[in-house]
Amino acid sequence: MLDKIAPRVALGNILTKLAKENPNILVLDADLSSSVKTDGFKESLPKQFLEMGIAEQNMIGVAAGLSTLGFIPFACSFAAFASRRVYDQVVASVAYPRLNVKIIGAYVGLFVGMNGATHQSLEDVAIMRAIPNMVVIEPVDGLETEEIVKFAVKYNGPMYLRIGRDTMPSIVPSDYKFQLGKSVTIKDGSDVTIISCGSIFEEVLSVESLLEKEGISARIINMSSIKPIDEEAIIKAAKDTGRIVTVENHNIIGGLGSTVAEVLSEKYPVKLKRIGIRDVFGKSGTNEEMKKKFGLDDFGIFMQIYDFLKS
Amino acid sequence: MNNKIIEKERLEEIARQTRIEVVQMIGKSGFGHIGGSMSIVELLTVLYFCEMNIDPKNPQWEDRDRFVLSKGHSCLSLYAILAQKGYFPEGVLSTLDRIDSILQCHPDMKICPGIDMSTGALGQGISAAVGIALGAKLKGKNFRTYSIVGDGESAEGQVWEAAMCASKFKLDNLVAIIDYNKLTLSGKTCEVMPLEPFYDKWVSFGWYVIQIEDGHSFAQIIDALNKAKNIKKKPTAIIANTIKGKGISFYENQVKSHAVTMTVEQVESALKELRCPQEEIEITLAQMKEGN
Repeated sequence: MLDKIAPRVALGNILTKLAKENPNILVLDADLSSSVKTDGFKESLPKQFLEMGIAEQNMIGVAAGLSTLGFIPFACSFAAFASRRVYDQVVASVAYPRLNVKIIGAYVGLFVGMNGATHQSLEDVAIMRAIPNMVVIEPVDGLETEEIVKFAVKYNGPMYLRIGRDTMPSIVPSDYKFQLGKSVTIKDGSDVTIISCGSIFEEVLSVESLLEKEGISARIINMSSIKPIDEEAIIKAAKDTGRIVTVENHNIIGGLGSTVAEVLSEKYPVKLKRIGIRDVFGKSGTNEEMKKKFGLDDFGIFMQIYDFLKS
Repeated sequence: MNNKIIEKERLEEIARQTRIEVVQMIGKSGFGHIGGSMSIVELLTVLYFCEMNIDPKNPQWEDRDRFVLSKGHSCLSLYAILAQKGYFPEGVLSTLDRIDSILQCHPDMKICPGIDMSTGALGQGISAAVGIALGAKLKGKNFRTYSIVGDGESAEGQVWEAAMCASKFKLDNLVAIIDYNKLTLSGKTCEVMPLEPFYDKWVSFGWYVIQIEDGHSFAQIIDALNKAKNIKKKPTAIIANTIKGKGISFYENQVKSHAVTMTVEQVESALKELRCPQEEIEITLAQMKEGN
């Protein structure tokens, strides 16, 4: 059980722990180790830490080359630069030859400190999940981050991990084991299902209690595995609760909401409400200011769900 | 001296055969990047028949020397060389570009034996070669890594990111050979995106740089690769002055030779110029006509 820890901190800790026993685990950094929190790794395992400088495209290519020798490189940067900046490198040098490169996109969605629109990643899930052979995962808390990194070391193939910057409460159960393509139902409910993941999940939990006060019973699903996605859980939720809401720290175009929409419209169409950033760029500001501005604070999410259920 | 002549003749024969096979591949598939494939024939011949420590029977041998064709589109001559080395039967060459062929238009490491890295998107192969050379250092392996980089490709920023990185990690087990044929798809490198002072650029990025006046001279290539072996704490760049379309007079130094479709008459003329036996020419032409 990990209390109140940021996924990025959990990432640095677990990588250091695993790499001490596995010399093939390498961290490649693009001058952001103090932010991505691989600085502890750098200190403990300097020989397994490769500083690649502010040259992300080369970092991905070098990671690809290293992986052909049996290394398990974790190429780390902010999500914006670990996805869109290196997109063609990921497609052609990693995913096409299906090389064992793990791409860490930390500082996700709107929540990038005060850095603003240029550093926010509101499209990374959309573009990364459109690449064949690529797995896309966003852990919700410290324990799930640890479990996912353990899985990543065992899994042979490219992965994109979206790792949150800010402290999260403990959300997954203490005996949690990550399974690719499997979601976790955090709470059962019968009137609506809210599917979410990652750094916006705390709001979802507080929305759940607001809904409960209104007499609305919501099922809450943590869909950390965005690709492959847990189709079974989505279809079951559609059958059981009739309506689905997705909440994501990402543009509603192409992200978790779109993924769920694709499953529902093909397999079991029910009404769906996608809550996220509505195709606009972000701003600099505190997380609280941004949540409010973009309707992603608990009250904003609650109102959108409330209106959806009344419609 | 006698041995040297025999060796030169052996390499010349391999290079000639390679060029014949490239023309035949294009004749049968209908399309191919001939210019850049022809400019690197001698470089590949030396790498695969003199320089690299490899075992075609065991393409995944972990101590083998590695080769990354960063300018992936020039893979026709690489395919012909790999076939001659025995990585796959020569008959496979005629499947080039077909939907299920192991010989894709750009090399695919997952399906083609002998390919150490999938390439095609320019600027990326050199980074992978840096990663392989760096990995060899980390693992304490003695194998060497070679990469052929295009001159047009050198306009990609990633090439220079990779150059800085190789220098930072003192990768003296890495040799980048630049195919300086001075033409790109659309024009002259000096007009499309000037590279000069090219030598100074590589030097200033921390590389040991060797210029080869004639990138089709076996002696000059062998000499440069030997020099590179004695360089410590630095990667080596060999700038090889080459001729795009080399070996086929109507394609030499022609911008239009970047990627071509060839008529029956052009294939016949090219094969004759390469001294391909008449019976073989007739078979190729018959196959072309059948294909149409």
